[in-house]
Amino acid sequence: MHELSIAMGIVRIAEEAARKNGTVAVKAIDLEIGTLSGVEIESLNFAWPLAVQNSVLEKAEKRIHIIPARAECLECQTRFDIENLFDPCPRCGSHFIQILQGKEMRVKSIEI
Amino acid sequence: MCTTCGCGTTDEVSIKKPGELSTMVRDLHVHAHDHHHHDHHHHDHLHGHGHHERTVIEVEQDILHANQLVAERNRGYFMAKNIFALNLVSSPGSGKTTLLERTLADNKDRIKFFVIEGDQQTMNDANRINRLNVPVVQINTGKACHLDSDMVHRALLQLQPEPQSVVMIENVGNLVCPAAFDLGETARVVIVSVTEGDDKPIKYPDMFAGSQVCVINKIDLLPYVQFDVQKAKDYALQVNPHLVFFEVSATTGQGMDAWYKWLEEQLSNQNNSH
Repeated sequence: MHELSIAMGIVRIAEEAARKNGTVAVKAIDLEIGTLSGVEIESLNFAWPLAVQNSVLEKAEKRIHIIPARAECLECQTRFDIENLFDPCPRCGSHFIQILQGKEMRVKSIEI
Repeated sequence: MCTTCGCGTTDEVSIKKPGELSTMVRDLHVHAHDHHHHDHHHHDHLHGHGHHERTVIEVEQDILHANQLVAERNRGYFMAKNIFALNLVSSPGSGKTTLLERTLADNKDRIKFFVIEGDQQTMNDANRINRLNVPVVQINTGKACHLDSDMVHRALLQLQPEPQSVVMIENVGNLVCPAAFDLGETARVVIVSVTEGDDKPIKYPDMFAGSQVCVINKIDLLPYVQFDVQKAKDYALQVNPHLVFFEVSATTGQGMDAWYKWLEEQLSNQNNSH
């Protein structure tokens, strides 16, 4: 997917956070990526060196926390782990479901 | 470069009207700093001698936050002008531009249209729309595989759509990447043609999950292809039970009336709510 855009978005957020805290180098960055976010971790890792070049993240350790997707059935309120957007409710088979978590693409924190 | 779709940072985005030579250019580079980091910085870190304290700063920000902010700005612009904006997405070759051309040609006497065309390269699509005397701006994304809200924002400033109009945004032909980028549209329309596989909705679920309308195009070719319309719809409904379907042939005009009717209903609902 658009992982380079994602990586550039991360750089932009880190640059802003670093500037606010008066630093030019970030030591580590913690990211939260949901399994249904559409972000391919391998592609993100591939795009990373290019995106962080000459930025505050150039030397930063990147830590990715994967958030497993969960959904709730809108018919019977069952909560379940979901792998694909088209997975039905395991209890009643309905596709009327709501994703509770797993769509995250978030910069959680940085270490300076 | 993006490994799966080839988007990169090295190209420039250009936004222009047909016949326009000068372009509005935006550099996509993020690494715009001239200074170089030399290796001698290294000795500052990673020795673990106790005094290297680390401070954790909670950021808690969505990575696409910047896109979302501008998307909401576009949405506000559309709402203020009572504009109905559609984001048309599909894989390349589904007939998006043909569907758009036919829709414009058949309705432009009753509905005011403005068009934003998105492609990696060429003015071809904008020129096609321009021949219908509908105001159009072409965004060339360079190597980027999707439109983002900022490109649309800039295009809107050039296009200057009128109040009570319909803005059609034809996204880059790609069923993957545009799914993640809200442009501020009123509704998203995913187009799939019967020359594709009927399992497209579950192969590319994100796009179908994020759309409100699904147009199944080229139905005049159904006798010649192995595409099960019902199966495609069932798959799509598994991903998104709220999807509204239209089965059309933009070439022959078959089924287009239902799509036009939907469009008019949306417009009148919107006008009534103001």
